[in-house]
Amino acid sequence: MPKKIGVIVFPGSNCDHDAYHAMKHVMNVETSFLWHKDNDVSDIDLLIIPGGFSYGDYLRSGAIARFSPIMNAVQDYVKKGYPVLGICNGFQILLEAGLLPGAMLHNEKLRFICKNVYIRVESNRSPFTAGLENGQVLNIPVSHGEGNYFIEQEGVHRLEDNEQVAFRYCTKDGEITNEANVNGSVSNIAGITNEIGNVLGMMPHPERAMEPILGSMDGIPFFESVLNKLEIA
Amino acid sequence: MTFMFKAKVNITLRNSILDPKGKAAHHALQNLGLISVKDVRIGKYIELNIDASSKEEAYKLAETACTKLLANEVMEDFQITIE
Repeated sequence: MPKKIGVIVFPGSNCDHDAYHAMKHVMNVETSFLWHKDNDVSDIDLLIIPGGFSYGDYLRSGAIARFSPIMNAVQDYVKKGYPVLGICNGFQILLEAGLLPGAMLHNEKLRFICKNVYIRVESNRSPFTAGLENGQVLNIPVSHGEGNYFIEQEGVHRLEDNEQVAFRYCTKDGEITNEANVNGSVSNIAGITNEIGNVLGMMPHPERAMEPILGSMDGIPFFESVLNKLEIA
Repeated sequence: MTFMFKAKVNITLRNSILDPKGKAAHHALQNLGLISVKDVRIGKYIELNIDASSKEEAYKLAETACTKLLANEVMEDFQITIE
């Protein structure tokens, strides 16, 4: 059986086709869309929850999407140890669903930020980043208004102790500074995994850094790591 | 027998959390000359019309609505008043 990637589509998702294109046409893996009303994800080897504005971000970003029928299947899928990657709004949905710890605040400076930033690999413990080096710097775009990751200080320590911080915002040279912290996230956090390491949420969009015309191809080593380590490609 | 209650819900960012919208509004108020305003916190106000047999039952329902959906307790507090 060829391995298969599923991209979940909610009303208001808008990076679903970016993710689909990146997986199917750049990484050459069989990929299909899953509608938020579907409730079977059993033949999927990697689930991607893409970016966008599911349900118009009503109430809080991701708050309504987590009640979509497919999210019950996603909860089971995660419990069984299968991998889920949430990008941007996907990260917000995973937080609201309780599959990752913490919450998302409005960007510190309130502006919607859409630009390329640098992120540093902080932990290659999970299969998503296992093919990357700790300290490796990637140039990946962000595009969000609510990406200011928040968790209480003891939560930050827990994430650090368990090596759950996957990425931090950094300078081009990999330094973790306040200036590089694009949205005000606690401890410069750009992406985290759950305790076991089969769920990764990240605000930056690796699927938008896959081809020369996009200005950066640093999404390729990231997805190579994901697909190789999960034995999907 | 049931009655119609109105739950008035106020949701605010926890005090320990910086409120960028409140800060921006505060700054604008300062520019207006309202310098006595020392701090601004912006939250949400939600009304729920609830069919329940008692005030206590209505409160419990509103509380469930808050903890399960309306508020995110990682960053927000809520306050319920039943009328």
